[in-house]
Amino acid sequence: MYKYNDFDEKFVRERVAQFRGQVERRIDGSLTEDEFKPLRLMNGLYLQLHAYMLRVAVPYGTLNSKQMDMLAHLAETYDKGYGHFTTRQNIQYNWPALKDVPDMLSDLADVEMHAIQTSGNTIRNVTADHFAGAAADEVADPRPVAELLRQWSTDHPEFQFLPRKFKLAVTGAAADRAVIKAHDIGIRILERNGVRGYEVLVGGGLGRTPMIGKVLHDFLPEADLLPFVEATVSVWNRLGRRDNKYKARIKITVHEHGIDEIRRLVDERFAEIRPTFNGVDQEILRTIEAQFAAPEFKTASTDGFETARLANPAFRSWTDTNLTAHRADGYAIVSISIKKHGDTPGDATADQMRVMADLARKYGHDELRISHEQNVILPHVHKSDLLDIYQILRVAGLATANIGLVSDIIACPGMDYCALATARSIPIAQQIATRFDELKLEHDIGELKIKISGCINACGHHHVGHIGILGLDRAGVENYQITLGGDHTETAAIGERAGPGFSADDIVPAIERLVLGYMDLRSSADETFIEAYRRLGAAPFKGILYPKEAADAA
Amino acid sequence: MARAFTPKVITSNLLIEGDAVWFTVNDTWSGNIADAEFLTDEAHADLRLLEANAQKNVMVGAYLADAKLGENGPEATHFREEFRTRGPSNYAHGKQVEQV
Repeated sequence: MYKYNDFDEKFVRERVAQFRGQVERRIDGSLTEDEFKPLRLMNGLYLQLHAYMLRVAVPYGTLNSKQMDMLAHLAETYDKGYGHFTTRQNIQYNWPALKDVPDMLSDLADVEMHAIQTSGNTIRNVTADHFAGAAADEVADPRPVAELLRQWSTDHPEFQFLPRKFKLAVTGAAADRAVIKAHDIGIRILERNGVRGYEVLVGGGLGRTPMIGKVLHDFLPEADLLPFVEATVSVWNRLGRRDNKYKARIKITVHEHGIDEIRRLVDERFAEIRPTFNGVDQEILRTIEAQFAAPEFKTASTDGFETARLANPAFRSWTDTNLTAHRADGYAIVSISIKKHGDTPGDATADQMRVMADLARKYGHDELRISHEQNVILPHVHKSDLLDIYQILRVAGLATANIGLVSDIIACPGMDYCALATARSIPIAQQIATRFDELKLEHDIGELKIKISGCINACGHHHVGHIGILGLDRAGVENYQITLGGDHTETAAIGERAGPGFSADDIVPAIERLVLGYMDLRSSADETFIEAYRRLGAAPFKGILYPKEAADAA
Repeated sequence: MARAFTPKVITSNLLIEGDAVWFTVNDTWSGNIADAEFLTDEAHADLRLLEANAQKNVMVGAYLADAKLGENGPEATHFREEFRTRGPSNYAHGKQVEQV
């Protein structure tokens, strides 16, 4: 993992001290809210419906046990004993008091963490594949590049007042687990003839105007990455629609000017600034890469694991759903579900955080990851340790065997917390998960991604859910629109709106009808929801959702 | 034609705690919407909002929110404002437990 150098340490400490002063001046009245707001946002502090919310960056979703312990400490000391993991691999605290936030940031600095640029019109936390460095299908670990981008973008003088926020995601595998096609810039590391380079996508994004990213460069030489990304952000910084915040994101700029014109402008700007990059960035990248060297994997028998699997059906079920192939022999990637049926997606208590930190320390080479799907990952676990881990997770309420299934729902905080929300998301997620748990059909249904947003800004990624749910305010009542056929992976697609929305009472039965209807429609138990949808098109699914309309039309 | 004025209360969040609060006839802020001044006249509401906003070192972002008169005083009419009076639905946190 990356270790702060003296510069990082000094920078983060200075920022804490600055923010402490700013909070003091706000409280004593020498700063107005108009003056203070941009300062607090630069440090991840929002004011929500019931309280302040502090969004802490988990750079590219990677944490060590000490850091996770500190997140638990924050939850317990300054909040109500829990934290909320988000779709941007961050953690949010929903109840801090303004006066405590400088202390929270100071505690975070003790473990090399911060909340810088988790808000505001800046380059936000760089996200990455949560299986980075562990996945069997990976070309290269994306985290060194993500760290390089983090260092470059943090406090970058040209990019502190962008037209709007800017999000980067990096993956090192062909299978896209970082939703790179729905980011302002998505980067995929690839290899051609033994040479490493980057595919660079631009102009993806969800929100009000969802768009799939377009290829800006299909194979960028490794050494050109920073100047190329800088050129891209720079072109947008100049062209971006500052007159209209709904049109300010780079996806609209790309849409309005066309990808070819954007490419021409980026190339032009790149030619100008490339000579100013003298190779220091590549030297830094090499030192970062050294810090992300793979742990020393152990060699041990996995016989006990296989025996335990056969003997214990609950353990077997968990290993069937929550494990992913690891690149090292005898190892597995463990996804810890933060989606226990009926609980809030992405919420972990301080005790649960400590359990996960302990597991990482004892069994997991001291590494943890936060996934954009709001789960926690132990990326490096030897299979001989899985039964112990499972038993510890079970006691902590963390052994739900539902990764990738109908109850593994992404949900934004929605109107239970968020000031921007137009409806609640969390109760809908809780009810869907509870209902399908009652039906005991989850494993028969198979892979299914339900994603719920409580407003059009789409933090809950509803556009790329196989089933997306968007909560809206329709004439003063919560109303839920369904989209179908979205895809968050390398075959990314924006879901299609199914029809009129459903009331809060009708949305869960509608989802149940839809999912049970899919089971009747599928060609075999192996055909997933999204496969069936692609084969059959939207019509039969709409017919299930709106039986009356379908009958009237017949 | 301008829309007819509907009754309002003034609400904001406290500067330090971030708590949702409502503006009373005594120019104080209460955590209970029932204590709020019920505003039925548009000109008076606008004036009161100016007065509320003068307390910028106590609270953040005062605004007029639709309200109706209930048994114990003003009540929220929109679900967003109603949630602000009680807290989130996924945990017994916030006003729904603090005010008991």
